[in-house]
Amino acid sequence: MARAILFLATLVLASSAHADGGRYEVLGDEIPKPLTDQPGDPARGRAIVVDRRKGLCLLCHSGPFPEERFQGDLAPSLEGAGDRNTPGALRLRLVDSRRVNTDTIMPPYFETTGLHRVAPEFRDKTILNAQEIEDVIAFLATLKTTGGSR
Amino acid sequence: MSASTQAMQRDDVQNPGMLAAGQGEALWNAQPPGGGQSCASCHGDATASMKGVAARYPAFDEATRRPIDLQDRIRACNARRPGAPDMPHESEELVALSAYVGLQSRGTPTAPDPDPRLAPFRARGQALFERPIGQLNLSCAACHDARAGGRLAGALIPQGHPNGYPLYRLEWQGMGSLQRRLRNCMTGVRAEAPPFGAPDFVELELYLQSRAAPLAVETPAVRP
Repeated sequence: MARAILFLATLVLASSAHADGGRYEVLGDEIPKPLTDQPGDPARGRAIVVDRRKGLCLLCHSGPFPEERFQGDLAPSLEGAGDRNTPGALRLRLVDSRRVNTDTIMPPYFETTGLHRVAPEFRDKTILNAQEIEDVIAFLATLKTTGGSR
Repeated sequence: MSASTQAMQRDDVQNPGMLAAGQGEALWNAQPPGGGQSCASCHGDATASMKGVAARYPAFDEATRRPIDLQDRIRACNARRPGAPDMPHESEELVALSAYVGLQSRGTPTAPDPDPRLAPFRARGQALFERPIGQLNLSCAACHDARAGGRLAGALIPQGHPNGYPLYRLEWQGMGSLQRRLRNCMTGVRAEAPPFGAPDFVELELYLQSRAAPLAVETPAVRP
């Protein structure tokens, strides 16, 4: 039994090795541990979310960004994302949404495996780096429509 | 597509693609410098001889045992014509000439070539259409099958039909082929786009054509 658990633990660690040099560990529906020691900055996160070349979020999602014209409608609104998800759940969905839904159209923001025909300038690079992921999570966690916490 | 863009396409005086078709007509009739055969020398009046031809392309090419699209057919024909100008992929001349040939099929229902030898190439085109690619990991089908009518930022996602090419695209402020448009999407998802004329493109064109049938040819169309 102990050996089986050790074996499983090794598998989890092995599968969480990452090309970016960072590592993450998926537990159930979450990546509970932040990717960096430095806490995410919500203001920087918001800037990434509305940047159509960096975060790309508003190409598919809409959200509470009154100054942003032309928001997408291909994915759920980001409004209330902090009510619906723990930071750990947000982290898994940003890092590699394929782990939640194999047919997702959400790009894997912090994973480079299982991709095909990536353009040379983007090959083996993640869409966001670890700190940027944490910044976005910190911002999304502030998007609450209810007063109380989850 | 907005009513004003549709109106621009419908009116030949307003449609900027008609300028390219006009240039194509001149090329059709032009003899190579120093004399020799023009397209018209063999094919005659394009309004009769090319009627309905573009609606059937890509077709099976006996010489290469592969599908060939209209632009590569024109290039192959030019290669056999002494003194004919070289028309590289996406050159103004090739786009214009194929717009002129395409115009002769305007209103004709798209009619995929039933040749069974095309089937494996068409199937490969479908597989390419459905496979997620690029750093953003998106397939053509994810948007143009599953989410047509949705909005990617401000842009309405179309069904991805090929029946208007070559066409005038307002975003380009110019004419372009279907391959140019396919490259735009590939670059958008941060995928490596094959070179113009690559087999992947012709196979995609072949699948797109069967997917669009029997929509009428609209060449030269106008798109946002």
